[in-house]
Amino acid sequence: MLPNRPITPSTLSIKDLLWQVLWNKDKCTLCGQCTAVCPVNAIEPGVFQKRLIEPALNITEKPGNVYKVYYGIRQKTDPAYACIGCGMCSLVCPNDAILPSKNEENDKLRLHIDRGGQPRKRGGRRNVKDGILDQIKFIRISMLTDPALDAGRHEFELRTLLGRVLSPEKHLALLKENGWAPPVREIYPLMIGGMSFGALSPNMWEGLQMGVAYLNEELGMPVRICTGEGGCPPRLLRSRFLKYVILQIASGYFGWDEIIHAIPHMKEDPCAIEIKYGQGAKPGDGGLLMWYKVNKLIAAIRGVPPGISLPSPPTHQTQYSIEESVAKMILSMSMAWGFRVPVYPKISGSSTSLAVLNNITRNPYAAGLAIDGEDGGTGAAFNISMNHMGHPIASNIRDCYLNLVALGKQNEVPLFAGGGVGKNGNLAANAAALIMLGASGVQMGKYIMQAAAGCLGSESDRCNICNIGNCPKGITSQDPRLYRRLDPEDVAQRVVDVYLSFDTELKKIVAPLGRSTSLPIGMSDALGIADHHAAERLRIQYVV
Amino acid sequence: MCRLFAITSDTPLSPMTAMEALDVMREGHDGSGVGILLRDLGGPFEEMKDAPILSGIFSESGIKRLDTFMMGIGFMTKYKISIKLPKTAPRGTPRRDVYLIRAYEYPEEWEGLTQASLQDRLMNIRLKLREMGEEKEDMIVFSFWPDVIMLKEIGDPMTVGRYLSLDRKELQARIIMAQGRQNTNYAINLYACHPFFIQGYSTMTNGENTAFIPNKEYLMSRGFPGYSGFQSDSEVFTHILHYLYNSLELGIEAYKHVITPLQGDALEKHPDAALLRVLKHSCRRLIIDGPNCVIGCLPDKKLFMVQDRKKLRPGVVGGRPGMYGFSSEICGLDAVIPDRDKSKDFQPMHLDTAIVGPDRQEVSICCQTDPLPLPR
Repeated sequence: MLPNRPITPSTLSIKDLLWQVLWNKDKCTLCGQCTAVCPVNAIEPGVFQKRLIEPALNITEKPGNVYKVYYGIRQKTDPAYACIGCGMCSLVCPNDAILPSKNEENDKLRLHIDRGGQPRKRGGRRNVKDGILDQIKFIRISMLTDPALDAGRHEFELRTLLGRVLSPEKHLALLKENGWAPPVREIYPLMIGGMSFGALSPNMWEGLQMGVAYLNEELGMPVRICTGEGGCPPRLLRSRFLKYVILQIASGYFGWDEIIHAIPHMKEDPCAIEIKYGQGAKPGDGGLLMWYKVNKLIAAIRGVPPGISLPSPPTHQTQYSIEESVAKMILSMSMAWGFRVPVYPKISGSSTSLAVLNNITRNPYAAGLAIDGEDGGTGAAFNISMNHMGHPIASNIRDCYLNLVALGKQNEVPLFAGGGVGKNGNLAANAAALIMLGASGVQMGKYIMQAAAGCLGSESDRCNICNIGNCPKGITSQDPRLYRRLDPEDVAQRVVDVYLSFDTELKKIVAPLGRSTSLPIGMSDALGIADHHAAERLRIQYVV
Repeated sequence: MCRLFAITSDTPLSPMTAMEALDVMREGHDGSGVGILLRDLGGPFEEMKDAPILSGIFSESGIKRLDTFMMGIGFMTKYKISIKLPKTAPRGTPRRDVYLIRAYEYPEEWEGLTQASLQDRLMNIRLKLREMGEEKEDMIVFSFWPDVIMLKEIGDPMTVGRYLSLDRKELQARIIMAQGRQNTNYAINLYACHPFFIQGYSTMTNGENTAFIPNKEYLMSRGFPGYSGFQSDSEVFTHILHYLYNSLELGIEAYKHVITPLQGDALEKHPDAALLRVLKHSCRRLIIDGPNCVIGCLPDKKLFMVQDRKKLRPGVVGGRPGMYGFSSEICGLDAVIPDRDKSKDFQPMHLDTAIVGPDRQEVSICCQTDPLPLPR
């Protein structure tokens, strides 16, 4: 900072920032790739003046000095251009001359990113690294009282049901009289959760869809993917691949004009309809697609003008009670597809989840309930909602499951859990823990972005700029200059890799537990945790 | 591991027959306990087929409480067997006051009850007695049912059999189910000892059911008071069998379709695929995960054996018309029915249900891929 520059309250030094760019003058070739690639323009080419002291070696000579100029990289300290730690600069640097480094102490930047009275918005998820799911261990190992199974060679039936399952008595009676029974889908227990066309780039979306189609058609794994709230490309709606897709409707109803009009042309029914009432990342808040990302294509699919922000209302505005909101909407959606498609609500984890669940148990058309915990991710939300609102998924899913057990409806209403599954890379362990706590299946979002497309976002507040469309990997961008970095074929390949390795890991968990004939939903005797309170709360074993 | 032996015979046999079979299979069990179920009784009970028989273990004070309770609800003793015990109990077997086998007269006001309501009442009395016994630890009640006697005790089967003088004429029966080993996966508790019994259905199992908790939670949430206890993970097999008949009104041929449903193509190609899919989906929480070999007995005196999907436990059925045995091991069969055609011995595999009917003429095999015997 020059001495004549004014100091304002938001004048920050590099030390005050969350991420500091370490640049090595000796290695730098001044190629300029780092400054070109930086998605937030946090660094720029800089001209630096340097004074070299030239002391005299003997008394007769006078000491002197030389002023020199050199070129390099300067990190901006303006909060609007603060480094996000994505590390794209080091990715492109031919000489490894540059690297973002995280501030060890709490940054001061966080106190100044509300310029113009606009609180911070971002993508990603809650900036908390740990989670209870990672602490859960699988303790009931088969060994001598019953043999452990061979995960590699034994047959495993790792399938779950999506749809309202009737009681055996009722269903057998219906079968005799040829009555209508609710549609049920037999699917793989790990789904790709709702990430909209708009939140994700076209290449990312296409890659995910291709990966899912391959898993189904070539590998026989009935994997399903949810569209999120943003409609569905018309060509997919009219293709046979629609049966692998769960169409989501949420409070903005984006894209549903297109979907409704496509119904007569559909070759296949969609797998299911998910009605989103809440999202774990921002409970009580609606979806948000910021104007940066609403280009012509997105606008056309969603049926809105381009270039405007699309905040979905926090709730479905045409409805005012749980009966209206859930019952009527489920019925309308069921009717649209002639009662052939399961329709289920998705809510954010909340202490009111049980009330929703109880209502659903009394609604014979509700196909299940998806609950999204506080660690869920999002493309855009207020930082405050993401960090402080919501309910952990573990106890929420457990409470709901035990409530169903008390009602005797644990098989009738499948629960799906999401929110932070695989947050620390332990996808199969987290998924298996949730299933044994009572979930019929799990939904993942952020994990597949990270594993299948190389998303850099993290709970250390790294990157997380999905909201402004500048995703340096092209995953959440609508700018072709960015998303062309992502090859859909590569994404598809990674999706397949992720599912295959997940499948092996899940078998590596269930095989030693002696389970192969069915998915171990609610097998809580297999779970243990070294936290007494958590054990009591989840009604699993306390082990130390 | 447990060892199981069951036999069905035209002529009543001594319970010691089964003890002998367990004894030759002793390498396969640890001799820690024995459970035995006798039905289609010979001896004095032949004359009172309809009278409910209470079997259990009582302390002196327990007997008094039992008598007061039973008299209070109008049950009169019709016949009883007193087991005189030697002065010293075998090592490891607790000293008990009374092993009770007592047939009762129904109260007068029970006359005219429907069969279903009578059966529910009998079961509720057994559950009540069990509850009373658990409260003061003075009664253990195994069964309260016509033409059925059950005994369970800790200790080596042969030794316990001799100790309780099971080789007496009054205890002869045409159907005997016996299991050697106290359940040791959980706390030692006689209620955890096989066979298990509910309203005429009985099963015993070799192996461990790893889907126990989901099975148990589902059964307990059916609202049927008899689906309780669950000191052993194998008790669910008995209750699922009962549920299959009583609530789903299906037969033994459908049992495996509930506990280990067909998968993939085998299900799709089955002539009753629609029904089986319904069963597989709606009874998903009753799918068991073995290894388990289950031997069971139905109210109509059919005996059966099934294996779980993995078929990791031994089990064989064999015999001759008039006498068939179900055994964990062939040596058990050899000990009791040596004069059979061994080439006809059958070891059920993962799709099979082996059944011997009440006429005891043959072993019929029902494969899961066969059509179900449904009215068409």
